[in-house]
Amino acid sequence: MAEPNARLLLEDVSTTYLSDSLRLPVLDKVSLRVGEGEFVSLLGPSGSGKSTLLKIAAGLLKPDAGRIFLNGAEVSGRAAKVGYMPQQDLLFPWKTLLQNGALPLLAAGAGKKEARSRVSELLPVFGLEGFEGYYPRQLSGGMRQRAALLRTVLIESGLMLLDEPFAALDALTREKLQEWLLGILSRFKRSVLFVTHSIDEAIYLSDRVYMISDRPGKIVQELSIELPRPRSRTVVTAPRFMAYKELLMGSLDLH
Amino acid sequence: MKKWASTARRSLPSLNFLLLLIVAWEAASRIAGTPLYRLPPPSTIWQALIAGAPLLLIHTRATLSAAGAGLSLAVIVALTLAVIMDRWAWLNRALYPLLIISQTVPIIALAPLLLILFGLGLTSKIAVVTLVCFFPLAVNLMDGLAQVDPEAVDLLRVMQASPAMIFRSVQLPSILPYFFSGLKIAVTYSVMGAVIGEWLGARAGLGVFMIRSMRSFKTDSLFAAILVVVIVSLVLFKLTELAAWAAMPWNRVKLNNQQEE
Ligand SMILES: Nc1ncnc2c1ncn2[C@@H]1O[C@H](COP(=O)(O)OP(=O)(O)O)[C@@H](O)[C@H]1O
Ligand SMILES: [Mg+2]
Repeated sequence: MAEPNARLLLEDVSTTYLSDSLRLPVLDKVSLRVGEGEFVSLLGPSGSGKSTLLKIAAGLLKPDAGRIFLNGAEVSGRAAKVGYMPQQDLLFPWKTLLQNGALPLLAAGAGKKEARSRVSELLPVFGLEGFEGYYPRQLSGGMRQRAALLRTVLIESGLMLLDEPFAALDALTREKLQEWLLGILSRFKRSVLFVTHSIDEAIYLSDRVYMISDRPGKIVQELSIELPRPRSRTVVTAPRFMAYKELLMGSLDLH
Repeated sequence: MKKWASTARRSLPSLNFLLLLIVAWEAASRIAGTPLYRLPPPSTIWQALIAGAPLLLIHTRATLSAAGAGLSLAVIVALTLAVIMDRWAWLNRALYPLLIISQTVPIIALAPLLLILFGLGLTSKIAVVTLVCFFPLAVNLMDGLAQVDPEAVDLLRVMQASPAMIFRSVQLPSILPYFFSGLKIAVTYSVMGAVIGEWLGARAGLGVFMIRSMRSFKTDSLFAAILVVVIVSLVLFKLTELAAWAAMPWNRVKLNNQQEE
Protein backbone atom coordinates (compact mmCIF):
# COMPACT_ATOMS: atom_id res chain seq x y z
CA MET A 1 0.00 0.00 0.00
CA ALA A 2 0.89 3.65 -0.32
CA GLU A 3 3.48 4.92 2.08
CA PRO A 4 2.08 7.78 4.11
CA ASN A 5 4.82 10.25 3.19
CA ALA A 6 4.91 9.55 -0.55
CA ARG A 7 3.62 12.32 -2.77
CA LEU A 8 3.62 10.02 -5.75
CA LEU A 9 3.94 6.28 -5.94
CA LEU A 10 3.91 4.14 -9.05
CA GLU A 11 3.74 0.35 -8.65
CA ASP A 12 4.58 -1.93 -11.57
CA VAL A 13 3.10 0.34 -14.20
CA SER A 14 3.08 -1.15 -17.69
CA THR A 15 1.50 0.22 -20.78
CA THR A 16 1.31 -0.43 -24.51
CA TYR A 17 0.22 1.90 -27.29
CA LEU A 18 -2.06 0.38 -29.87
CA SER A 19 -2.00 2.09 -33.22
CA ASP A 20 -3.86 0.28 -35.99
CA SER A 21 -2.79 -3.32 -35.48
CA LEU A 22 0.62 -2.38 -34.10
CA ARG A 23 1.41 -2.96 -30.45
CA LEU A 24 4.07 -0.67 -29.03
CA PRO A 25 5.09 -1.63 -25.49
CA VAL A 26 6.21 1.62 -23.87
CA LEU A 27 6.53 1.04 -20.13
CA ASP A 28 7.47 -2.23 -18.50
CA LYS A 29 6.73 -2.62 -14.78
CA VAL A 30 7.92 0.80 -13.77
CA SER A 31 7.89 1.55 -10.06
CA LEU A 32 8.97 4.84 -8.59
CA ARG A 33 8.37 7.10 -5.69
CA VAL A 34 8.54 10.80 -4.97
CA GLY A 35 8.69 11.63 -1.27
CA GLU A 36 7.47 14.79 0.43
CA GLY A 37 9.64 17.74 -0.60
CA GLU A 38 11.81 15.55 -2.76
CA PHE A 39 13.20 16.47 -6.20
CA VAL A 40 13.27 13.32 -8.30
CA SER A 41 14.43 13.12 -11.91
CA LEU A 42 13.40 10.60 -14.49
CA LEU A 43 16.34 10.33 -16.84
CA GLY A 44 16.26 8.47 -20.11
CA PRO A 45 16.74 8.55 -23.84
CA SER A 46 14.11 10.07 -26.05
CA GLY A 47 11.30 7.68 -26.91
CA SER A 48 11.71 5.68 -23.68
CA GLY A 49 8.21 6.56 -22.47
CA LYS A 50 8.96 9.40 -20.04
CA SER A 51 6.17 11.66 -21.24
CA THR A 52 3.83 8.70 -21.23
CA LEU A 53 4.74 8.01 -17.62
CA LEU A 54 3.99 11.60 -16.60
CA LYS A 55 0.61 11.45 -18.30
CA ILE A 56 -0.16 8.26 -16.42
CA ALA A 57 0.91 9.86 -13.14
CA ALA A 58 -1.38 12.82 -13.87
CA GLY A 59 -4.31 10.48 -14.47
CA LEU A 60 -4.56 11.54 -18.13
CA LEU A 61 -3.76 8.07 -19.42
CA LYS A 62 -4.80 4.73 -18.02
CA PRO A 63 -2.00 2.14 -17.86
CA ASP A 64 -2.60 -1.48 -18.81
CA ALA A 65 -1.33 -2.64 -15.45
CA GLY A 66 -0.07 -1.21 -12.19
CA ARG A 67 -1.29 1.24 -9.58
CA ILE A 68 -0.72 4.93 -9.01
CA PHE A 69 -1.04 6.74 -5.71
CA LEU A 70 -1.09 10.52 -5.36
CA ASN A 71 -0.84 11.86 -1.82
CA GLY A 72 -1.77 8.38 -0.64
CA ALA A 73 -4.97 8.14 -2.68
CA GLU A 74 -5.23 5.88 -5.70
CA VAL A 75 -5.52 7.65 -9.05
CA SER A 76 -8.20 6.08 -11.14
CA GLY A 77 -9.26 7.08 -14.58
CA ARG A 78 -9.70 10.82 -14.16
CA ALA A 79 -7.30 13.72 -14.37
CA ALA A 80 -5.70 14.38 -11.02
CA LYS A 81 -5.02 17.85 -9.71
CA VAL A 82 -1.24 18.08 -10.03
CA GLY A 83 1.18 20.68 -11.29
CA TYR A 84 1.57 19.06 -14.67
CA MET A 85 3.69 20.88 -17.23
CA PRO A 86 3.62 19.24 -20.65
CA GLN A 87 6.67 18.97 -22.89
CA GLN A 88 5.78 21.95 -25.11
CA ASP A 89 5.22 25.05 -22.99
CA LEU A 90 1.58 25.07 -24.15
CA LEU A 91 0.92 28.66 -23.36
CA PHE A 92 -2.24 29.53 -25.22
CA PRO A 93 -1.31 31.88 -28.08
CA TRP A 94 -4.66 33.65 -27.80
CA LYS A 95 -4.15 34.59 -24.17
CA THR A 96 -1.80 37.17 -22.73
CA LEU A 97 0.81 36.18 -20.18
CA LEU A 98 -1.50 37.32 -17.39
CA GLN A 99 -4.48 35.42 -18.77
CA ASN A 100 -2.40 32.28 -19.24
CA GLY A 101 -1.16 32.47 -15.69
CA ALA A 102 -4.66 33.01 -14.37
CA LEU A 103 -6.04 29.80 -15.91
CA PRO A 104 -5.43 27.45 -12.95
CA LEU A 105 -6.97 29.97 -10.56
CA LEU A 106 -10.05 30.50 -12.73
CA ALA A 107 -10.39 26.73 -13.12
CA ALA A 108 -10.34 26.44 -9.34
CA GLY A 109 -13.23 28.89 -9.14
CA ALA A 110 -11.40 32.13 -8.29
CA GLY A 111 -12.85 35.42 -9.50
CA LYS A 112 -11.21 37.29 -12.39
CA LYS A 113 -9.96 40.09 -10.15
CA GLU A 114 -8.52 37.81 -7.53
CA ALA A 115 -6.80 35.69 -10.20
CA ARG A 116 -5.30 38.79 -11.79
CA SER A 117 -3.87 40.11 -8.57
CA ARG A 118 -2.44 36.74 -7.55
CA VAL A 119 -0.68 36.30 -10.88
CA SER A 120 0.57 39.89 -10.80
CA GLU A 121 2.08 39.28 -7.36
CA LEU A 122 4.12 36.39 -8.74
CA LEU A 123 5.35 38.09 -11.91
CA PRO A 124 8.46 39.61 -10.32
CA VAL A 125 9.37 36.27 -8.75
CA PHE A 126 9.38 34.73 -12.22
CA GLY A 127 11.18 37.65 -13.81
CA LEU A 128 8.17 38.55 -15.88
CA GLU A 129 7.22 41.92 -14.45
CA GLY A 130 6.00 44.32 -17.10
CA PHE A 131 5.16 41.60 -19.59
CA GLU A 132 1.67 40.73 -18.32
CA GLY A 133 0.03 42.13 -21.47
CA TYR A 134 2.29 40.26 -23.89
CA TYR A 135 1.15 37.35 -26.00
CA PRO A 136 3.33 34.21 -25.82
CA ARG A 137 4.75 34.64 -29.31
CA GLN A 138 6.14 38.02 -28.25
CA LEU A 139 8.20 36.37 -25.52
CA SER A 140 11.56 34.65 -25.74
CA GLY A 141 11.90 30.90 -25.16
CA GLY A 142 13.22 31.35 -21.62
CA MET A 143 10.42 33.70 -20.70
CA ARG A 144 7.84 31.32 -22.06
CA GLN A 145 9.19 28.49 -19.93
CA ARG A 146 9.13 30.70 -16.85
CA ALA A 147 5.57 31.73 -17.65
CA ALA A 148 4.58 28.08 -18.03
CA LEU A 149 6.23 27.33 -14.69
CA LEU A 150 4.35 30.19 -13.08
CA ARG A 151 1.12 28.70 -14.37
CA THR A 152 2.17 25.27 -13.08
CA VAL A 153 3.01 26.58 -9.62
CA LEU A 154 -0.49 28.09 -9.41
CA ILE A 155 -2.10 24.67 -9.70
CA GLU A 156 -2.89 24.00 -6.07
CA SER A 157 -0.98 20.77 -5.44
CA GLY A 158 2.03 19.61 -3.49
CA LEU A 159 3.43 17.83 -6.54
CA MET A 160 4.81 19.12 -9.82
CA LEU A 161 5.33 16.93 -12.88
CA LEU A 162 7.68 18.74 -15.24
CA ASP A 163 8.29 17.29 -18.70
CA GLU A 164 11.67 18.42 -20.07
CA PRO A 165 10.93 22.07 -19.33
CA PHE A 166 14.36 23.28 -20.45
CA ALA A 167 15.09 20.89 -23.33
CA ALA A 168 14.33 23.40 -26.09
CA LEU A 169 16.51 26.18 -24.69
CA ASP A 170 20.08 27.12 -25.53
CA ALA A 171 22.71 25.89 -23.07
CA LEU A 172 23.27 29.23 -21.34
CA THR A 173 19.60 30.01 -20.77
CA ARG A 174 19.13 26.47 -19.69
CA GLU A 175 21.77 26.62 -16.96
CA LYS A 176 20.43 29.92 -15.74
CA LEU A 177 16.92 28.52 -15.49
CA GLN A 178 18.11 25.39 -13.65
CA GLU A 179 19.58 27.55 -10.92
CA TRP A 180 16.53 29.74 -10.91
CA LEU A 181 14.23 26.69 -10.60
CA LEU A 182 16.03 25.58 -7.44
CA GLY A 183 15.45 29.04 -6.01
CA ILE A 184 11.77 28.93 -6.91
CA LEU A 185 11.39 25.53 -5.29
CA SER A 186 12.96 26.59 -2.04
CA ARG A 187 10.27 29.26 -1.96
CA PHE A 188 7.24 27.19 -2.99
CA LYS A 189 8.19 23.88 -1.32
CA ARG A 190 6.91 21.40 -3.85
CA SER A 191 7.78 17.80 -4.52
CA VAL A 192 8.93 17.38 -8.10
CA LEU A 193 9.12 14.65 -10.67
CA PHE A 194 11.35 16.10 -13.36
CA VAL A 195 11.76 14.48 -16.76
CA THR A 196 14.99 15.05 -18.63
CA HIS A 197 17.38 13.40 -21.04
CA SER A 198 20.36 15.34 -19.74
CA ILE A 199 22.53 13.55 -17.17
CA ASP A 200 24.06 16.82 -15.91
CA GLU A 201 20.67 18.40 -15.43
CA ALA A 202 19.37 15.39 -13.53
CA ILE A 203 22.34 15.29 -11.13
CA TYR A 204 22.48 19.02 -10.60
CA LEU A 205 18.81 19.36 -9.68
CA SER A 206 17.86 16.14 -7.97
CA ASP A 207 17.79 14.39 -4.65
CA ARG A 208 17.26 11.13 -6.49
CA VAL A 209 17.53 10.01 -10.11
CA TYR A 210 15.74 7.16 -11.84
CA MET A 211 17.29 5.98 -15.05
CA ILE A 212 14.84 4.54 -17.55
CA SER A 213 15.94 2.29 -20.42
CA ASP A 214 15.17 2.47 -24.10
CA ARG A 215 11.67 1.39 -25.12
CA PRO A 216 10.02 -0.48 -23.51
CA GLY A 217 11.05 1.73 -20.59
CA LYS A 218 12.28 -0.10 -17.52
CA ILE A 219 13.89 1.45 -14.47
CA VAL A 220 17.50 0.33 -14.75
CA GLN A 221 19.00 2.39 -11.97
CA GLU A 222 18.07 4.42 -8.96
CA LEU A 223 20.64 6.81 -7.57
CA SER A 224 20.56 9.09 -4.56
CA ILE A 225 22.41 12.32 -5.16
CA GLU A 226 24.16 13.41 -2.02
CA LEU A 227 25.37 16.85 -2.88
CA PRO A 228 24.83 19.62 -0.34
CA ARG A 229 22.13 22.23 -0.90
CA PRO A 230 21.89 25.01 -1.79
CA ARG A 231 23.86 23.98 -4.85
CA SER A 232 25.86 26.45 -6.82
CA ARG A 233 26.81 26.01 -10.41
CA THR A 234 30.37 25.03 -9.44
CA VAL A 235 29.13 21.75 -8.03
CA VAL A 236 29.32 20.28 -11.54
CA THR A 237 33.11 20.13 -11.20
CA ALA A 238 33.05 18.35 -7.84
CA PRO A 239 34.55 14.85 -7.87
CA ARG A 240 31.35 13.38 -6.50
CA PHE A 241 29.35 14.94 -9.32
CA MET A 242 31.74 13.33 -11.80
CA ALA A 243 31.38 9.99 -10.08
CA TYR A 244 27.58 10.13 -10.33
CA LYS A 245 27.88 11.08 -13.96
CA GLU A 246 30.14 8.14 -14.72
CA LEU A 247 27.80 5.79 -12.95
CA LEU A 248 24.77 6.98 -14.91
CA MET A 249 26.63 6.94 -18.22
CA GLY A 250 27.69 3.42 -17.47
CA SER A 251 24.18 2.18 -16.95
CA LEU A 252 23.11 3.96 -20.13
CA ASP A 253 25.67 1.93 -22.13
CA LEU A 254 24.74 -1.33 -20.48
CA HIS A 255 21.10 -1.33 -21.48
CA MET B 1 -4.99 52.45 -39.65
CA LYS B 2 -1.97 51.70 -41.77
CA LYS B 3 -3.79 48.54 -42.75
CA TRP B 4 -6.42 50.45 -44.66
CA ALA B 5 -3.87 52.45 -46.59
CA SER B 6 -2.14 49.26 -47.65
CA THR B 7 -5.48 47.65 -48.55
CA ALA B 8 -6.24 50.64 -50.74
CA ARG B 9 -2.84 50.41 -52.39
CA ARG B 10 -3.28 46.71 -53.04
CA SER B 11 -6.73 47.13 -54.60
CA LEU B 12 -5.59 50.01 -56.79
CA PRO B 13 -4.72 47.87 -59.83
CA SER B 14 -8.09 46.10 -59.75
CA LEU B 15 -9.83 49.47 -59.34
CA ASN B 16 -7.96 50.83 -62.33
CA PHE B 17 -8.94 47.84 -64.37
CA LEU B 18 -12.56 48.21 -63.35
CA LEU B 19 -12.51 51.85 -64.36
CA LEU B 20 -11.05 50.94 -67.72
CA LEU B 21 -13.75 48.35 -68.25
CA ILE B 22 -16.49 50.83 -67.43
CA VAL B 23 -15.09 53.41 -69.83
CA ALA B 24 -14.75 50.81 -72.59
CA TRP B 25 -18.28 49.59 -71.97
CA GLU B 26 -19.68 53.12 -72.08
CA ALA B 27 -17.81 53.90 -75.28
CA ALA B 28 -18.74 50.65 -76.98
CA SER B 29 -22.44 50.94 -76.28
CA ARG B 30 -22.45 54.58 -77.50
CA ILE B 31 -20.57 53.81 -80.68
CA ALA B 32 -22.50 50.65 -81.50
CA GLY B 33 -25.74 52.21 -80.33
CA THR B 34 -27.12 48.93 -78.95
CA PRO B 35 -30.72 49.14 -77.81
CA LEU B 36 -30.93 50.06 -74.15
CA TYR B 37 -32.85 46.94 -73.16
CA ARG B 38 -30.00 44.70 -74.26
CA LEU B 39 -26.97 46.20 -72.60
CA PRO B 40 -27.39 49.65 -71.13
CA PRO B 41 -24.24 51.77 -70.80
CA PRO B 42 -22.91 52.45 -67.25
CA SER B 43 -24.20 56.04 -67.32
CA THR B 44 -27.78 54.83 -67.83
CA ILE B 45 -27.38 52.23 -65.07
CA TRP B 46 -26.13 54.94 -62.75
CA GLN B 47 -29.16 57.08 -63.53
CA ALA B 48 -31.45 54.12 -62.85
CA LEU B 49 -29.68 53.55 -59.56
CA ILE B 50 -30.19 57.16 -58.46
CA ALA B 51 -33.78 57.31 -59.65
CA GLY B 52 -34.66 53.95 -58.08
CA ALA B 53 -32.73 54.51 -54.87
CA PRO B 54 -35.70 54.84 -52.47
CA LEU B 55 -37.32 51.70 -53.86
CA LEU B 56 -34.02 49.83 -54.03
CA LEU B 57 -33.38 50.70 -50.41
CA ILE B 58 -36.64 49.07 -49.32
CA HIS B 59 -35.88 45.92 -51.28
CA THR B 60 -32.26 45.83 -50.09
CA ARG B 61 -33.49 45.94 -46.54
CA ALA B 62 -35.74 42.93 -47.18
CA THR B 63 -32.89 41.00 -48.78
CA LEU B 64 -30.53 41.89 -45.97
CA SER B 65 -32.90 40.70 -43.27
CA ALA B 66 -33.35 37.38 -45.06
CA ALA B 67 -29.59 37.04 -45.55
CA GLY B 68 -28.80 38.09 -41.98
CA ALA B 69 -31.36 35.82 -40.35
CA GLY B 70 -30.42 32.88 -42.57
CA LEU B 71 -26.74 33.40 -41.93
CA SER B 72 -27.22 33.57 -38.16
CA LEU B 73 -29.23 30.39 -38.25
CA ALA B 74 -26.56 28.77 -40.41
CA VAL B 75 -23.88 29.68 -37.86
CA ILE B 76 -25.88 28.09 -35.06
CA VAL B 77 -26.62 24.95 -37.09
CA ALA B 78 -23.03 24.62 -38.31
CA LEU B 79 -21.51 25.11 -34.85
CA THR B 80 -23.88 22.59 -33.29
CA LEU B 81 -23.25 20.05 -36.04
CA ALA B 82 -19.49 20.53 -35.93
CA VAL B 83 -19.29 20.16 -32.15
CA ILE B 84 -21.49 17.06 -32.14
CA MET B 85 -19.67 15.46 -35.05
CA ASP B 86 -16.29 16.23 -33.52
CA ARG B 87 -17.36 14.73 -30.22
CA TRP B 88 -18.70 11.44 -31.59
CA ALA B 89 -16.73 9.85 -34.40
CA TRP B 90 -19.52 7.47 -35.44
CA LEU B 91 -21.90 10.41 -35.91
CA ASN B 92 -19.25 12.03 -38.07
CA ARG B 93 -19.04 8.94 -40.27
CA ALA B 94 -22.84 8.79 -40.50
CA LEU B 95 -23.51 12.47 -41.16
CA TYR B 96 -20.59 13.60 -43.29
CA PRO B 97 -21.79 11.93 -46.52
CA LEU B 98 -25.26 13.37 -45.93
CA LEU B 99 -23.79 16.84 -45.58
CA ILE B 100 -22.04 16.52 -48.91
CA ILE B 101 -25.17 15.14 -50.57
CA SER B 102 -27.14 18.10 -49.23
CA GLN B 103 -24.79 20.33 -51.21
CA THR B 104 -25.04 18.41 -54.47
CA VAL B 105 -28.77 19.00 -54.76
CA PRO B 106 -29.12 22.17 -56.87
CA ILE B 107 -30.55 24.94 -54.74
CA ILE B 108 -32.60 26.10 -57.74
CA ALA B 109 -34.44 22.80 -57.63
CA LEU B 110 -34.82 22.82 -53.89
CA ALA B 111 -35.94 26.42 -53.45
CA PRO B 112 -39.45 25.99 -54.95
CA LEU B 113 -39.97 23.12 -52.52
CA LEU B 114 -39.04 25.34 -49.61
CA LEU B 115 -41.39 27.95 -50.99
CA ILE B 116 -44.28 25.48 -50.91
CA LEU B 117 -43.24 24.42 -47.43
CA PHE B 118 -42.75 27.85 -45.88
CA GLY B 119 -44.77 30.20 -48.09
CA LEU B 120 -43.92 33.45 -49.82
CA GLY B 121 -42.81 35.23 -46.66
CA LEU B 122 -39.42 35.65 -45.02
CA THR B 123 -39.23 32.08 -43.68
CA SER B 124 -38.65 30.41 -47.04
CA LYS B 125 -35.85 32.89 -47.85
CA ILE B 126 -34.22 32.21 -44.51
CA ALA B 127 -34.41 28.49 -45.26
CA VAL B 128 -32.66 28.90 -48.62
CA VAL B 129 -29.94 31.10 -47.12
CA THR B 130 -29.36 28.71 -44.22
CA LEU B 131 -29.11 25.81 -46.61
CA VAL B 132 -26.42 27.42 -48.76
CA CYS B 133 -24.52 28.99 -45.87
CA PHE B 134 -24.22 26.26 -43.27
CA PHE B 135 -22.01 24.00 -45.39
CA PRO B 136 -18.87 26.16 -45.76
CA LEU B 137 -19.22 27.07 -42.09
CA ALA B 138 -19.66 23.49 -40.90
CA VAL B 139 -16.77 22.13 -42.97
CA ASN B 140 -14.41 24.82 -41.74
CA LEU B 141 -15.51 24.46 -38.13
CA MET B 142 -15.01 20.70 -38.28
CA ASP B 143 -11.51 21.19 -39.69
CA GLY B 144 -10.83 23.64 -36.90
CA LEU B 145 -12.06 21.32 -34.15
CA ALA B 146 -9.97 18.48 -35.58
CA GLN B 147 -6.89 20.69 -35.20
CA VAL B 148 -7.43 21.39 -31.51
CA ASP B 149 -4.40 20.28 -29.51
CA PRO B 150 -5.43 17.41 -27.21
CA GLU B 151 -2.53 18.33 -24.89
CA ALA B 152 -4.10 21.72 -24.29
CA VAL B 153 -7.30 19.98 -23.26
CA ASP B 154 -5.30 17.65 -20.99
CA LEU B 155 -3.65 20.60 -19.32
CA LEU B 156 -7.00 22.12 -18.42
CA ARG B 157 -8.33 18.78 -17.24
CA VAL B 158 -5.44 18.58 -14.79
CA MET B 159 -6.44 22.03 -13.55
CA GLN B 160 -9.90 20.52 -12.98
CA ALA B 161 -11.51 23.00 -15.36
CA SER B 162 -15.16 22.47 -16.23
CA PRO B 163 -16.07 21.26 -19.75
CA ALA B 164 -17.57 24.69 -20.41
CA MET B 165 -14.34 26.41 -19.44
CA ILE B 166 -12.32 23.99 -21.57
CA PHE B 167 -14.51 24.79 -24.56
CA ARG B 168 -14.26 28.51 -23.95
CA SER B 169 -10.50 28.59 -23.43
CA VAL B 170 -9.31 25.99 -25.94
CA GLN B 171 -11.79 24.97 -28.63
CA LEU B 172 -13.45 28.32 -29.20
CA PRO B 173 -10.29 30.39 -29.76
CA SER B 174 -8.61 27.67 -31.81
CA ILE B 175 -11.50 27.45 -34.26
CA LEU B 176 -11.86 31.23 -34.71
CA PRO B 177 -9.60 31.47 -37.80
CA TYR B 178 -11.45 28.54 -39.37
CA PHE B 179 -14.79 30.08 -38.46
CA PHE B 180 -13.92 33.34 -40.18
CA SER B 181 -12.65 31.54 -43.30
CA GLY B 182 -16.01 29.84 -43.53
CA LEU B 183 -17.89 33.02 -42.70
CA LYS B 184 -16.21 34.93 -45.54
CA ILE B 185 -17.59 32.42 -48.00
CA ALA B 186 -20.93 32.21 -46.21
CA VAL B 187 -21.65 35.96 -46.21
CA THR B 188 -21.29 36.17 -49.97
CA TYR B 189 -23.45 33.07 -50.37
CA SER B 190 -26.04 34.55 -48.04
CA VAL B 191 -26.88 37.52 -50.29
CA MET B 192 -26.93 35.29 -53.34
CA GLY B 193 -29.13 32.75 -51.55
CA ALA B 194 -31.59 35.42 -50.47
CA VAL B 195 -31.83 36.81 -54.01
CA ILE B 196 -32.41 33.34 -55.47
CA GLY B 197 -35.11 32.72 -52.89
CA GLU B 198 -36.81 35.99 -53.73
CA TRP B 199 -36.44 35.38 -57.44
CA LEU B 200 -38.58 32.29 -57.12
CA GLY B 201 -41.32 34.03 -55.24
CA ALA B 202 -41.53 36.73 -52.60
CA ARG B 203 -43.22 39.99 -51.81
CA ALA B 204 -40.11 42.08 -51.37
CA GLY B 205 -36.37 41.92 -51.89
CA LEU B 206 -33.81 42.61 -54.60
CA GLY B 207 -34.76 39.36 -56.34
CA VAL B 208 -38.33 40.59 -56.66
CA PHE B 209 -37.10 43.95 -57.89
CA MET B 210 -35.00 42.21 -60.54
CA ILE B 211 -37.90 40.14 -61.81
CA ARG B 212 -40.14 43.17 -62.04
CA SER B 213 -37.46 45.11 -63.91
CA MET B 214 -37.00 42.26 -66.36
CA ARG B 215 -40.68 41.82 -67.01
CA SER B 216 -40.99 45.48 -67.92
CA PHE B 217 -37.78 45.42 -69.98
CA LYS B 218 -36.10 47.91 -67.66
CA THR B 219 -32.70 46.41 -68.16
CA ASP B 220 -31.04 49.46 -66.62
CA SER B 221 -32.96 48.89 -63.37
CA LEU B 222 -31.99 45.22 -63.45
CA PHE B 223 -28.33 46.18 -63.71
CA ALA B 224 -28.77 48.75 -60.95
CA ALA B 225 -30.07 45.96 -58.70
CA ILE B 226 -27.13 43.75 -59.65
CA LEU B 227 -24.82 46.61 -58.75
CA VAL B 228 -26.48 46.86 -55.36
CA VAL B 229 -26.04 43.11 -54.79
CA VAL B 230 -22.35 43.38 -55.63
CA ILE B 231 -21.79 46.37 -53.37
CA VAL B 232 -23.71 44.83 -50.48
CA SER B 233 -21.74 41.57 -50.80
CA LEU B 234 -18.43 43.40 -50.91
CA VAL B 235 -19.31 45.46 -47.86
CA LEU B 236 -20.38 42.36 -45.93
CA PHE B 237 -17.17 40.61 -46.93
CA LYS B 238 -15.07 43.54 -45.73
CA LEU B 239 -17.05 43.69 -42.49
CA THR B 240 -16.28 40.02 -41.92
CA GLU B 241 -12.58 40.66 -42.40
CA LEU B 242 -12.83 43.53 -39.97
CA ALA B 243 -14.61 41.33 -37.43
CA ALA B 244 -11.90 38.68 -37.78
CA TRP B 245 -9.28 41.33 -37.21
CA ALA B 246 -11.07 42.58 -34.12
CA ALA B 247 -11.80 39.12 -32.72
CA MET B 248 -8.23 37.84 -32.84
CA PRO B 249 -5.97 40.52 -31.37
CA TRP B 250 -3.19 37.96 -30.78
CA ASN B 251 -2.76 37.56 -34.53
CA ARG B 252 -1.73 41.13 -35.08
CA VAL B 253 0.75 41.80 -32.29
CA LYS B 254 4.07 43.13 -33.44
CA LEU B 255 6.96 40.76 -33.10
CA ASN B 256 9.79 43.25 -33.54
CA ASN B 257 9.85 43.96 -29.81
CA GLN B 258 10.66 40.37 -28.96
CA GLN B 259 12.26 40.28 -25.55
CA GLU B 260 15.57 38.76 -24.67
CA GLU B 261 16.65 37.50 -21.29
N1 LIG C 1 -0.44 8.57 -28.43
C1 LIG C 1 0.49 7.71 -28.87
N2 LIG C 1 0.15 6.67 -29.68
C2 LIG C 1 1.07 5.81 -30.12
N3 LIG C 1 2.35 5.86 -29.79
C3 LIG C 1 2.78 6.86 -29.00
C4 LIG C 1 1.87 7.83 -28.49
N4 LIG C 1 2.56 8.71 -27.73
C5 LIG C 1 3.84 8.30 -27.75
N5 LIG C 1 3.97 7.20 -28.51
C6 LIG C 1 5.23 6.43 -28.71
O1 LIG C 1 5.61 5.90 -27.48
C7 LIG C 1 7.00 6.02 -27.30
C8 LIG C 1 7.30 6.78 -26.03
O2 LIG C 1 6.87 8.11 -26.19
P1 LIG C 1 7.11 9.22 -25.07
O3 LIG C 1 6.41 8.80 -23.83
O4 LIG C 1 6.72 10.52 -25.65
O5 LIG C 1 8.69 9.14 -24.86
P2 LIG C 1 9.70 10.22 -24.30
O6 LIG C 1 8.91 11.28 -23.61
O7 LIG C 1 10.59 9.47 -23.37
O8 LIG C 1 10.47 10.77 -25.45
C9 LIG C 1 7.55 6.69 -28.53
O9 LIG C 1 8.09 5.69 -29.38
C10 LIG C 1 6.37 7.33 -29.16
O10 LIG C 1 6.49 7.36 -30.55
MG1 LIG D 1 8.82 13.24 -23.97
